[in-house]
Amino acid sequence: MPVDTPIIEVRDLVKQYPSTTAVAGVSFAVRAGTCFGLLGPNGAGKTTTVEIMEGILPPTSGEVRYRGEPLGVRSREDAGILFQKTALQDFLTVRQSIALFRRLYSRGLDVDEVIRLCALEKLAARDNRKLSGGQQQRLLLAIALVNDPTVLFLDEPTTGLDPQARRNFWELVQSIKAQRKTIILTTHYMEEAELLCDEIVIMDQGRIVAQGPPQRLLREHFAEVLLELPRQEFPQAARALPLEILESSDRIEISTHDLEGTLRLLLAAQVPLSNLRIRPANLEDLFLELTGHELRP
Amino acid sequence: MIQRLLAVLHARNLEFVRDRGTLLFTLLLPLALVIGMGFVFGGPERPLFKVGVLTATIDSEAHPFLRERYVDFVPLTDESSALHKLTHQQIDLLLDLHGTPRYWVNTESPKGYIVEKLLLAAAPTASRQPVSGAALRYVDWLFPGILGMNMMFSCLFGVGYVVLRYRKSGFLKRLHATPLTAFEFLTAQVLSRLSLILFVTVLLYVSVGALLGFHSAGSSLLLLVLAILGALSMIALGLTIAARFSSEELVGGLLNLLTWPMMLLSGIWFSLEGSPRWIRWVADVFPLTHVLDAARAVMLDGAGVRQIAPHLAYLALTALIFLGFGAWSFRWRID
Repeated sequence: MPVDTPIIEVRDLVKQYPSTTAVAGVSFAVRAGTCFGLLGPNGAGKTTTVEIMEGILPPTSGEVRYRGEPLGVRSREDAGILFQKTALQDFLTVRQSIALFRRLYSRGLDVDEVIRLCALEKLAARDNRKLSGGQQQRLLLAIALVNDPTVLFLDEPTTGLDPQARRNFWELVQSIKAQRKTIILTTHYMEEAELLCDEIVIMDQGRIVAQGPPQRLLREHFAEVLLELPRQEFPQAARALPLEILESSDRIEISTHDLEGTLRLLLAAQVPLSNLRIRPANLEDLFLELTGHELRP
Repeated sequence: MIQRLLAVLHARNLEFVRDRGTLLFTLLLPLALVIGMGFVFGGPERPLFKVGVLTATIDSEAHPFLRERYVDFVPLTDESSALHKLTHQQIDLLLDLHGTPRYWVNTESPKGYIVEKLLLAAAPTASRQPVSGAALRYVDWLFPGILGMNMMFSCLFGVGYVVLRYRKSGFLKRLHATPLTAFEFLTAQVLSRLSLILFVTVLLYVSVGALLGFHSAGSSLLLLVLAILGALSMIALGLTIAARFSSEELVGGLLNLLTWPMMLLSGIWFSLEGSPRWIRWVADVFPLTHVLDAARAVMLDGAGVRQIAPHLAYLALTALIFLGFGAWSFRWRID
């Protein structure tokens, strides 16, 4: 399939529960062979959207099409899924857990190959309940890969992992991405999305607030750099300065093309600059800019 | 389809066999119960003389003998089954008061000897017809009950809680994301539990039977067919409870609501002979009642397929109904 052809199309998706609307009409297309990210805070509707795309949750309205067809046996055979939270069957080893899922598909990779891909060789005979968080995620990734999927769904795959385990997991995902598999990733880690995703949608309260390649979105919404200052050190009088100021709970962010001119203005307004941090804008800033509230709850 | 079914079946069997605590409990509990109950209630003694009367209802005015104290008069309508009870010393004497009184007494029964003296004092002209047959030990009668009870708990709680645990942990949701269908999953669970139950039941039947010196009067193959149908019916009943709920308290409560009446009314511990008709109606709804009635008929009386066919048919029918309802109402995930 050519890279630009959408492999999955999501059209006007709505998921309504008795007391809340989890997804309030979202539409997007995922190109084959790309890593597509759904970003947003907890409760934004990412997981609900992805579970509808996986075919395990019915939408209230709207539809998902896989290779131009409604979801069905083909999409299920072609999908590899790593849920946010999954328990496996007790008393099975790593190898037996992978073998169980391998036999549920008509085609796929050899169990040993998947074990090697996810660097689980030394853990193959271990009881799956006796794995660390990072090892457990690698096992769940192996299970997601066992049918040699065309589309891989990763729902918050590194939540709860320590930084080292997270980086190891990212390396694994990058190696899978290099095989031109389509990856759908949900995350609230901006660093993860910036590193792995070719295209993203940012969701908030069930709606899409921005959509596109991360770097293009950042260019569209931000000037070159961001100046960051502790909020309590920013005098009230300085808020009236002709600057593009964003306030979060503990800091003030100033977006500017003219670094020198902005610094001169701040010095003239006697703003203490000893804790000043200058950095390029990231997706977290974009989210703050678009929604007016912070990404992490 | 078969490959997926076998994969889930194999994984479930591995899980069970490696769970040593549960495995040991499954094997040892019924063994301990049979030996314990046999010890406590050993011997054929009963507190009263029990006289069967060939009539629909007992009318104490019909004959002076029927007013004797310390004698339990049980109305029986079918002569051949009544004689069968007398042969096994389940009753001490059988009386027919239609026309000239006549009675049957088991010449090997000491209690029959005494109650015969009581009868002849009240009805000296009654004609005597002797039968013979060794007394049925309580433990022989109890043995099928314990096997059936173990089967019931294993079917209902074993399957119900396993499916519930899978649903709560999210394992079912993960399976749902694969091409596995609800029918394949449920069939694998049924087969896994069925094979386990058959293994345990046969093991107990052979080992405890040898320990107690028990020999079945009927066909072992027929007993196996009965065990399969009985287990299928009760596993399917467990699945209907676990099919959609996610609360352990609710499922536990519902399973208790089913098991306790079955424990009391299906005839595990005592016969429902002589109990009010409505109790018998309630008891007849439970699959376990049919398992035990049929098992005792085969094991104690040597009944064949024809005699227990209604029980087999009831178990097969309920298995299909429960399984169909379970599959229809099955939920992979917590709503």
